[in-house]
Amino acid sequence: MPISENVDQSRKFTRRLVLLMGVKGLALAGLTARMYQLQVSDSERYTTLAEENRINTRLLLPLRGRIFDRHGRPVAIDEEDYRVVMVAEKTGNVQQALDRLAGIVELSPEQRQRVLREVRRRRRFLPVTIATGLTWEEVARMEVNAPDLPGVLTERGYTRVYPYGEEVAHLVGYVGPVTDREQKEDPDRLLKIPEFRIGKQGVERTYDRRLRGRGGTQRVEINASGRVQRELGRKEGTPGDAVHMTIDMALQQKALALIRPHRAGSVVVMDIHTGDVLVMASTPGYDPNLFIHGLRAKTWRALQTNPLGPLLNKAVSGQYAPGSTFKMAVALAGLESGAIDTRTRFDCPGVFQLGRAKFHCWKKGGHGSVAMHDAIKQSCDVYFYELALRLGIDRIAETARKLGIGVPTGIDLPAEKQGVMPTRAWKRSYFREKRNKAWFRGETAIAGIGQGYVLATPLQLAVMAARLANGGYAVAPRLVADRPPGNRTAYRRAQDGFRRLGFNAANLERIGEAMSAVTNEAGGTAFWTRIAEAGMEMAGKTGTSQVRRITAAERARGIVKNEDLPWHRRDHALFVAHAPLDDPRFACSVIVEHGGGGSRIAAPVAREILLETQRRYGSVAERAGLELDFALRTAGSGRPDGIR
Amino acid sequence: MREMDLSRERTSVLRRLGSIDWGFTLSVCFAAAVGFVLLYSAAGGEFFPWAAAQMGRFGVALAVMIVTAAIPPRLWYRLAYWMWGLSVLLLLAAEFRGVEGGGAERWIALGPLRLQPSEVMKIALVVALAHYFHTVRFENVRRIRTLLLPLFLLLVPAALVLKQPDLGTTVILIAVAGVIFFLAGVRWWKFALVGAAAAAAVPLIWTYGLQAYQKQRLLTFLDPSSDPLGAGFHITQAKIALGSGGVFGKGFLNGTQIHLNFVPEMHTDFILAVLAEEFGLAGALGLMAIYGLILYHLLAAALRAKTQFGRLVVSGIAFTFFLYAFINLAMVLGLLPVVGVPLPLVSYGGTSMLTLMFGFGLAMSAAQGGESADEPLTEE
Repeated sequence: MPISENVDQSRKFTRRLVLLMGVKGLALAGLTARMYQLQVSDSERYTTLAEENRINTRLLLPLRGRIFDRHGRPVAIDEEDYRVVMVAEKTGNVQQALDRLAGIVELSPEQRQRVLREVRRRRRFLPVTIATGLTWEEVARMEVNAPDLPGVLTERGYTRVYPYGEEVAHLVGYVGPVTDREQKEDPDRLLKIPEFRIGKQGVERTYDRRLRGRGGTQRVEINASGRVQRELGRKEGTPGDAVHMTIDMALQQKALALIRPHRAGSVVVMDIHTGDVLVMASTPGYDPNLFIHGLRAKTWRALQTNPLGPLLNKAVSGQYAPGSTFKMAVALAGLESGAIDTRTRFDCPGVFQLGRAKFHCWKKGGHGSVAMHDAIKQSCDVYFYELALRLGIDRIAETARKLGIGVPTGIDLPAEKQGVMPTRAWKRSYFREKRNKAWFRGETAIAGIGQGYVLATPLQLAVMAARLANGGYAVAPRLVADRPPGNRTAYRRAQDGFRRLGFNAANLERIGEAMSAVTNEAGGTAFWTRIAEAGMEMAGKTGTSQVRRITAAERARGIVKNEDLPWHRRDHALFVAHAPLDDPRFACSVIVEHGGGGSRIAAPVAREILLETQRRYGSVAERAGLELDFALRTAGSGRPDGIR
Repeated sequence: MREMDLSRERTSVLRRLGSIDWGFTLSVCFAAAVGFVLLYSAAGGEFFPWAAAQMGRFGVALAVMIVTAAIPPRLWYRLAYWMWGLSVLLLLAAEFRGVEGGGAERWIALGPLRLQPSEVMKIALVVALAHYFHTVRFENVRRIRTLLLPLFLLLVPAALVLKQPDLGTTVILIAVAGVIFFLAGVRWWKFALVGAAAAAAVPLIWTYGLQAYQKQRLLTFLDPSSDPLGAGFHITQAKIALGSGGVFGKGFLNGTQIHLNFVPEMHTDFILAVLAEEFGLAGALGLMAIYGLILYHLLAAALRAKTQFGRLVVSGIAFTFFLYAFINLAMVLGLLPVVGVPLPLVSYGGTSMLTLMFGFGLAMSAAQGGESADEPLTEE
């Protein structure tokens, strides 16, 4: 190999190698620039991304606020309970594990379906709740069988419990899992927690926001597959506020005991000055606790299809023709408008002829010539046909609406029905066909005795009785007190809290006297159910509302007795009342569905519950003292033990 | 005569041990040590399963390097084509009896060892080409006829590797061969011609030469967000690891992306993410400095070499090493598609470390060839 060639080769090599090194240097410089870009220029953005990767903020479920009755008795509480959860990842064969579990705890096919669905949907290391509300026995059996059930654990959690069960179901309602629609309507992030329960019915629903509380947060570090590595920080949430209902559970229980023998009906007792609803009983009922652990389809169907409507709170959702209990409204409209005075008399021959139509009085022979006082006392129908026609439907409606008939009371419960107080305008807009739009005089006549189109809820009737008795103030019922009982201010009279309805006080007094005569004067329709205890006497009005039409032919044959009719065609029995006579405090309405006569069936219930109420609360005069005493008592005894 | 040869051999081995480039060896040890630290961290602060195994392998590889370096270059020169032939046989064997691992790479099991023939081929190709150009008279290099054999030496293994399919290694083989051609003096216009032909072939390769997953990788590389939870996940999460490391990093064992498993393959191809997240830009530049040191030593050796064989072996090995590092870094930095090339000396893995260290040994041996008259590569 010639030296010169070797030198050429070596020189060329060196030249090219240096060139190559230059290229390498440029390439490394490029990499360095890229590193600088990522690690210095864009570092902040990537740091944020890394934190977002790693840190997961989870919401912690707050304890739901408790619900108490007016004396601090717990009506709805969160109770610690045991539940079975499954971590699918550790279980392996989920089907097999469920089969084994079925022998240990009660598992419905619906529950199994739900568990399998959730296991499929969620990540395999997240626990899925299988059953809640385990008994001690079940917990013990779970522990014994633990080795055969990998990944299945018993855990402690909180479950809503309603200690009074059925007795308060219609008022407190219940909670349940959040539906998709609820989640769409409510932006609260709490709703996204699978274990969160939202108020579905009753106070649980109306006061859901107050009861809900605010969720705490837990910051956890997660790995790439989402598994929690450790807790970085925790901020406890705020438990929901307590809600204090105006209901007196002892009275409520008493009312239920009175109404239950009558298949279906409701009782409302309210304070005529404050609007506090002390009793709101509706029967039959249901056990809200059933809804907590997941209702079986069969039970749910049974509740829904029951003709007695156990799911319905009849006091606010039931609408009934008020019958004769409506007569005070008509009488007051007459007095207020000047169409009649207390001396105005109408003759009752037992039947009222309007054109070719005949309207009957409940008393076959008629009452003869009656004025307002006796017309109410004896519940003369013909008097009110005459009076109604003299007034016209619109004037009756004006007064009745002021008293609350056909107007929502605004009670703090969902699903309140507003009833119907018909007027000409109402009929025009309500009916679609032209021939139905005109108002007929006959319709005014039967509206005069609270039949026809007139519909009212039991609560509206109680409100009417209250407004008649409190001097004509627009008292509105309420189920929840704004402050807990210990802090309640002195008893307030209606004039301090509600606007005047504009009735003449003397007229209201005349109506009150007539109502008093119903129960306290011989010949009154409810005289035999009067309260004899001095200072506790009640005034009232019976009502018997027809649910069927009595044809002329039947009248000729003799009206079929209620007892001989199928249950669903019998008359509703109604009674409205207030007590005591002297400076009244409580108003009451009772409805027994298809119960028959108001005086025989409904009045005794009202009598018993008003007596019991007065025994417990005394008169207004004593009340201020009692209230103070009550406040001291609750403050001293503190909260009921054993809860939370 | 034979006896004399043997004794001369023995003394030359001892002499060579004494003249081993210890500065270079130290740089290599530094790089490997960085790997140990990162593997220790990647395992969550444990020597097992990676760091300890890697230390053992490095020990073996270091011994292989020193022994290889101590062997006179004449032997390597003579074995050059044999090594190439053996590598081709291994590639063929892998083709028919190989075990697939990690999706794209092919291994063959030799007893307890798992050998990756394509790794071995990278070194063998360098040595074979260096041998060839050593024998060619310098004025003949410009002839096209001269390039037929080296092209054959390149294209046979390249085709076999491409068929595996291992696009990354194919590209590396072609690039390394190209550099040797270039350093051997092949004229510029020929590279330009080949480059133009390659560019023209791109659509054809795209249609017929690439597997679906390879196309997917390229597409994902061009737009990582198009597939954030699939293939793009690697790139995106690695970038987050790097970027969140900042200038000085989150500290040893404190990398969240790493320890929470957001970065996949963090002990092999994506180990740079561990370094950059925990030690920041400073750590990454530190590793690049060590690499720079290794390249500097190799450059010096190439310039020192007296034979064409030595020059080409050293610079070929150096370029292979550089290419490994560049491709891996560029990949993790999101500049190149994910091709499955380890970070040399640092990533967890046996074959690539062993072959690279063997290559370094060859380079050190070859660099000294022809230093004295009594050590000619060939008998004239």
